[in-house]
Formats: sequence, structure tokens, C-alpha cells
Amino acid sequence: MADARSSAPLLEVRNLSVTFPQSTGDVQAVRDISYTISEGEFLGIVGESGSGKSVSSLAIMGLLPDNAEVTGEILFQGKSLLKLDDRELSRIRGNELAIIFQDPLSALTPVYTIGDQIGEALRLHDRSLSRAGAEARAVELLQIVGIPDAARRVKAFPHEFSGGMRQRAMIAMAISNNPRLIIADEPTTALDVTIQAQILEVLEEAKRITGAAVSLITHDLGVVAGHADRVAVMYAGKLVELGDVDQIFHEPNMPYTIGLLRSVPNIRTAGTERLVPLEGRPPSLANLPVGCPFAARCPIAIPKCTQVEPELAQHGRDPAHTSACHRAGEIASGALTPPQIFPRPEPLALAVRGKGETVLSVENLVKHFPLMRGGVFRRRVGTVRAVDGVSFSVSAGRTLAIVGESGCGKTTTILELMELTKPQGGRIVIEGRDIGALSKDERRALRSDIQIVFQDPSAAVDPRLPIGEVIGEPLLAQKVSRADREKRVAELLDLVGLDASMAQRYPHEFSGGQRQRVGIARGLATDPRVLVLDEPVSALDVSIQAGIINLLQDLRDQLGLSLVFVAHDLAVVRQIADDVAVMYLGRIVEQGPIVSVFDDPKHPYTQALMSAAPIPDPTAERARSRVLLDGDLPSPAEQIDGCRFRTRCPLYKLLDESAQARCIGEDPKLQPHGDVAVACHHVERNTLVVG
Amino acid sequence: MSLSDIDKLTEGASGFGVDVPEDPRPVGRRKSISRSGLVWQRLKATPRFWAGAGVLAALFLFATVGPLLSPYSITDQDVMAFNAAPTAAHWFGTDTLGHDILVQTMVGLQKSLVIGFVAGPLATALAAIIGSFAGYVGGATDKVISWFIDLMLVLPTFFILILLYPFFKGNWVVMMFFLAFTGWMIMAQVVRSQTRSLRERDFVKAARYMGFNAWSVVTRHVIPNVASLLIIDATLGVGAMILSETALSFFGFGVQPPDVSLGTLLENGQAAATTRSWLFLAPAGVLVILLLAINFVGDALRDAVDPTSGVNRG
Repeated sequence: MADARSSAPLLEVRNLSVTFPQSTGDVQAVRDISYTISEGEFLGIVGESGSGKSVSSLAIMGLLPDNAEVTGEILFQGKSLLKLDDRELSRIRGNELAIIFQDPLSALTPVYTIGDQIGEALRLHDRSLSRAGAEARAVELLQIVGIPDAARRVKAFPHEFSGGMRQRAMIAMAISNNPRLIIADEPTTALDVTIQAQILEVLEEAKRITGAAVSLITHDLGVVAGHADRVAVMYAGKLVELGDVDQIFHEPNMPYTIGLLRSVPNIRTAGTERLVPLEGRPPSLANLPVGCPFAARCPIAIPKCTQVEPELAQHGRDPAHTSACHRAGEIASGALTPPQIFPRPEPLALAVRGKGETVLSVENLVKHFPLMRGGVFRRRVGTVRAVDGVSFSVSAGRTLAIVGESGCGKTTTILELMELTKPQGGRIVIEGRDIGALSKDERRALRSDIQIVFQDPSAAVDPRLPIGEVIGEPLLAQKVSRADREKRVAELLDLVGLDASMAQRYPHEFSGGQRQRVGIARGLATDPRVLVLDEPVSALDVSIQAGIINLLQDLRDQLGLSLVFVAHDLAVVRQIADDVAVMYLGRIVEQGPIVSVFDDPKHPYTQALMSAAPIPDPTAERARSRVLLDGDLPSPAEQIDGCRFRTRCPLYKLLDESAQARCIGEDPKLQPHGDVAVACHHVERNTLVVG
Repeated sequence: MSLSDIDKLTEGASGFGVDVPEDPRPVGRRKSISRSGLVWQRLKATPRFWAGAGVLAALFLFATVGPLLSPYSITDQDVMAFNAAPTAAHWFGTDTLGHDILVQTMVGLQKSLVIGFVAGPLATALAAIIGSFAGYVGGATDKVISWFIDLMLVLPTFFILILLYPFFKGNWVVMMFFLAFTGWMIMAQVVRSQTRSLRERDFVKAARYMGFNAWSVVTRHVIPNVASLLIIDATLGVGAMILSETALSFFGFGVQPPDVSLGTLLENGQAAATTRSWLFLAPAGVLVILLLAINFVGDALRDAVDPTSGVNRG
């Protein structure tokens, strides 16, 4: 199909601009961008939310809302897409151009089976295909994307699929007509790391089979590093750097790229040095400043930067590597080095840390939810073992991270902690006091010792209260007087890096990162000993995460806080934690000091988690060997005899029958191996290699 | 990112939709505007609101200042003018006993307004407290309250009020409370379901983990977050209560002589509606204008609070 034009690029975007007219000022979502994608190429488009990366791709697909004003030219195989009418475009869309959306649940129609939807995509572009033929082809496609038992699954409805499987089905649909270009718009953002690794693998496989080019849009530098050939970095609607993946990661020329790269923690090296926060926020697209949009946040901005917007141009030796910066020449020549542009902030002087007294200890915590069925006569049909015998302890000034896939029980564990009531099973001891034996007043007093910071900063603060009230709330609960509250709120705002004069403002006036600071300030209001953090940075943009992580580290060290940190991003965990507990289906499978667990994981599940976490370094990514997991997390309501992980365990498959029998028959207990504890029968026989 | 994000992008130039990365400097620059300020701005721009509010204010004056200016009281009988059509002395005419209809209408309106403006908000307050407690506490409490609400909804309100008549015979203040006690159920159900979703929000959880009891959480976090609903309900409830009162009085189960309300006036005048129409038209006209004005204000308020519900926004 494409061989005749193999020399010309597959897709050429020329001077594309997208504007959304608004009464308050036009929103310039994409401004004059040009790039090309060649046959079979893997292009990664990276940017923060609102950088225009998705809008530019939707413009290619012709899927923008009607009020969008699109100018420029988009040439696909020599045809100008913007000049085609909807019918002609529809013929190309889904056939030669395919898209994979972020949320596969809303991208699939709930009332048709997966097979019908794939079949529809096939028959729409090939009228001669029979119904039966389409179904047979759908089964084939589902096999390609790795859905087990495809012949049966083809008749399933979208809600019967897990998130990862739906995304696989979306990929199957995208490749159904052998497209030349697949646009993947944040395809793994809603998924767990282990599933993300699987999906990226499937995408690579799909690319290999169809020979299609892929344009992957993401905010995650790690995802790009491992898969892309070329990378485009977008900022405020503009392409600011474009080049080979190695060039972008190893010799970036644009300060924004440099800042981004220095602000993301790397699972290999995290924890040894502080992250570099990227100060400020992107400009409003409705009201762009004159000159370079990054100038306000750029540490090396010169007067020219605020007068003239730099164009994308070559600065180094390679003409394929272009960047939009007035000083990129100096950076490319080595006159300005990344550490000079974004120096690492000095860590604050450490308060005495290390093995203090135990502040919090949890023994054999159990939380089961009954599964009920029926209306009038409700009966119990099963049990969800959300938390099933978890033990850990945290000492003063240390950080314990709890990691695992969603559904493993990590959030339930910490919410059980916060309830401060007698658990269903086991014991929780805070500051030497068993919380099962507290009176009502003692319990309220103890609440000032343990506080929580939630994941989504916009949901965690009441939109109807000014932030001063929000932060002072825990003090109100402890019946502190108004004057003392106000004094403390001013201190706290200062502590988390906000201005004390902002106490009267309402939450909607703050950005996501600032709101998370408000949430942290509220958590610290009562001067707690333990701060529980439920995924505190996962809802934030990459460049802000660094600031919040640094803040948490500083606070911990200044105040001698103990942190219980729940997260799924392992690099972030390594950056901040001292100890780690890996959870799987309500149990801890491996526990120990962070360096030991991360450098030498012993449980096959930990190994799989580690190798699924992307590394923002293309050289390291290519050299890795991965331990991939099969399928999804089983439902916690399922009763699995013996080791719960054996249904997905890569080690289990390598074992002989007698060894497997032990996994089936005996539930492994946490056993010490060196300075870590591992719940696996076959640690000595584990030959899996993790890169 | 998907199409819906584009909508957000286009709507949220000031950072409502797109989560703009942070800025450690003060938020500054743009003028801070609270939510209530925003609602007020939208309200100001709605002509319906001004029309409704203007008429309401006029009717208030009519009902309060009017009787003071009138040379007659409601018990005065003009022996010179029985059954008189509107004249210069009696603008709205007189009834069979020579009572001045204008002053009767003004005083009747006064009673109706008092009953409406007390019973309407009172019913909303009941709905807010009962609904949010049922939703927040959950469990058995919620079940019992829900059953009770269902029970109250099955029985026709009007029928209950008639059954209760012996208990407030003639006392319109008691009747006002009875009206409120029979008019809160539907709103309570709305508040209850809203509360159930609020309960799962992190900020409500956070408050619980801080050690606030149910009462504090409900009053601090739940009720303010359903306040917009409540304000609208209270406004529209005023109209509904006036209508109920009028209906009750019309059938003789409400306000009793010598007190007058719009309902009793209508009842007195209805027989003469075709022959001496002024007896009927004056209270009926005032009632219609009053209800229209209240609905205009309530409607404008709803559009201002919830921009997606209105017709005047696209």
C-alpha cells in the first residue's frame, strides 16, 4: 500500500495550529507545530496536561469539536487530511489511521460484545467480509493481543473485561485493518505498572505484525524511553524539542526538557540525591505571554527570551535534533551544562534519624468485607479478603512505603489505621497504646497523632471552605481556640511553601500542586507523629511531583515525622522511603529496607513489579530483561489455596511438580532472608533475572 | 486525554478544567471571587430575577404598609356600601357585609406571606437535617428514616392536613408548622442521596478521621455542599406552601374567621365569581402574581447556581 511512497514521510504535519475561540480570550491549544512520522517509526510525544499533545493528535484524526479552528496542513500519504470531508476522512480513519484512547471503558460501547465491535470495525472497511468471517478474524486479533481463551471472550461484553483486557481489545480493534499509523493517546495512564508493561509489549507486538508507525502520546518519560525511536516534547501548545530518543534523554538542548528529566526520579538511582523541582506553572493558553512561554520558569532566561519566541531549529551537530531555545547553542556546545541550569537543591540539615522508638505497629491486621446478594433476604455469598493478616511497624523519623497493584489492599490497610477503632482481627498500636482499648475521649486525643493526606487534592478539601479553615480543621476537632488556630494556620502555610496571606482564599483558586500542599498542611496541623499518605503525588503533573516529594522529605526530617506512604510509582517510593512492604491480595509478600528490596528483589511478584516500572533512560531501558506477569490481579473474593500468587507466578511455571505441589498445598509465611522477609517457598530456587 | 478533556481545556482558561501545574508564588493577580459572589453576578444578569424580586417587594409593601394607610380595618363595615362594585372609596369594592375588599386582600396577603415564608424554609430545614443525617449515618437509622419518608409520601398530604384540622382549629400558627411537617419529604430524599455520594468524598472522610462527630461533619461539610439545592428548594417551597395554605383555607380547614387569608377570601368570593367578580378577582389576581414572582426568583436562582440547568445559557 505504501511502498510506492516509502521515501516520503507517512505523515507530515505542517504549521498546524488549533484555536478554541472563547469569550474570555481564544485558547491557543496548538501553535504552529510541524513534524513528520516515517513508515514504521515509533514517535513519542511528551508533555504535561494542557501542553496540546492530545489536541494535535485529535486534529490528525479529524476528531476535534466543531468550534475548533484548525489551520496548517496535515499530509497523510500525500493526501491533505484537513481538506477531506467527513466521509472521505472516515474511510481513512479506522482503516489506515487508528487511535487508541486512554480510557478503554468509555471508548467501547457497553451494549455490544467485544467481538461485535471488532467485527464492526472490520466490516465497515471491507463490505465483502461476512459476519462469520469477521468473528473469526476478531478471535484471531484477540489472540494476537494476548487475550486468553479468545474464542469464548469474543462474546463477552466490555464490562466483563478488566481495564488491561479492554485496552488490549482496543488495540485489537485499532490493528484490525492493518493501519499504517496508530495514534495511542495515553494508552496506559489509567492502568497499573504491571499491566502497563503488558500493554506496551502488546503495542510493540502489534507494531511488529502490522508494520505500522506509532505515535505514542504520554506524560511519562519512562514509557517513551523504552519504546520510542524519536521523541517530541511539547510545552504550551508548541513543539519545543524534537530528536532521536537518545539525543533527547542524553543531550537535551531545551531547558524545559532538561528540567523535566532532572525532576523525575529514576527507580535505579532514586533516594541518593534530591529531585530538582521545576518551579512555576505553564502559562494560560488563553493569555500567552510575549516571547518564549517557558521564560518565566527558565533559570537561564535572558532578556531576549521575553521579547522573541524562539523557533524550532538545529543547534547541535545532527540536523534531526531541533529545539526551540535562544540559548540552545550554548547548551549544545557544552558551555552550559544541565547541572548549571538546574542545580540540585541542597538537602536540609538532617535531624537525627534512624532507628528511633516504634511509633506505630500493626499486627496481623484483618479486614474482610462480606459479599451480599439478594434484596429482602440478604445472604452472604462470599468474602472479599481486602486485608488478610498484615503486620508492620514504623519507627520515629522513618518512612514505610506500601506498594502493590490497585486492589491489593494497600488503601484499605491505611484506612483501617485511620478509623482508630478495634480492627476485625489483629492489633494496632500507636504510641504504645492499643487502639482497641481506647475510650472515646482518648481516641479523639490520639487522632492528633495520626493524620492522613489523600491522593486527589481537589477531592480532599471542601470546596466551600477557605483554605485557612480547611487547614485549621483538625485543630477545631481538638477544640483549639480560634486565635491559636489562626496562628498555627499561618505557620503551616509558611511551612508548606504557601503564602500566609492566602488563608482567606477558596480551594478552586489554587492549582493541583498548591492544593496538595494545603492537604499536607492540614495533615500537619496537630503536629502528628505519623502522617499517612495515600498516593500523594500520583494525581499531579510530573514537574510538580518533585516539589511535593522534596517538601515531604524536608518535613519528615525537620519534624521527625514517621510517614506511611502508599504508592504505586516505585521510583517515587524509592526516592522517599526507608522501608518497603510489597502487598499482593491482602498480604505482604516481601518486606525490608528499601535498598535491599529494590536492588535484590527476592519474591517473584516484587521482581515483576520492579521490572515493570519504566526507567527514564533509553540506554538502561534497552538493556533490561523483564519479568512479565500473566493476566490481571485475581478478584480478592476468589479463594486461592496455598500461595495466592501462584496463578500468575512466573517462577511457579518453571518449577517441577513436587515444588509446585508445595505452592498449592502450603500458604507461604514471611521468612527472613538476609535483612528482608519474603513469603515464598522457593527463594533459593529463584533464577529470574531482573534488570 | 480524550475529547472531554478538550471541553475542559476550552472552558477552563482560568484553570478550572485543566489542572495547571503549580506556582509556589501567591495565586495573586486575578481578582479572587467566591462562589456566592459568582452566583450573585449571574443572578444580577438575569432579568427574570429582577422582575420577580421587584414584584415581590411591591407585594410585601402592599401587604405590610397598605393596611396602615387604608382608612378601613378588616372588621369595619360600610353600611352605606354593601356589595358595592369598585369605587373611589372602595377600590376593590365591598362584600355583602360591607367589608372593604382592598384591605381584606392586603391583610389576607400578609397572612399568606407569613405562612409561606415561614413554612417553606422550615420544611427545607427539616429536609436538610433529616436527609443529611439519614445519608451520612446510614445503616438502621437510614432505613427507618427512609421508611418513614416513604410512608409520608404515600399518604396524600392534603388528607393528612384535613385529619389534623381538629388539632389546630382556628390557630393559623400551628397550621403553619403542620404545613412544614408535611412538605419536606421529597427534598429530604434528594438531600439524602446527595449526602450518600458526598460521604465517599475525601474531605468528608478526612473530617471523620479528624474526630468530628456526625453532627459536626453534617453541619460543616454536608449541608454547605448541598446549600445551593436547599436555597432553591426553600424559595420554590414558599410558593408551594402559600398554595397549600390557600387550598386548605378555601375548603374551610385552614385560617378561620375573623382572620383572613387569600384562601378564605377566595372561598368567600367564589360563589360570586360570575356576578360580583371583584370579590373573587382581587385575591385571585394577587395570588397569581405572587406565585409567578416567587417562581421567577426561584428559577433565576436555580440557573445561577447550576448553569447547566438553565435555558439562557448555551
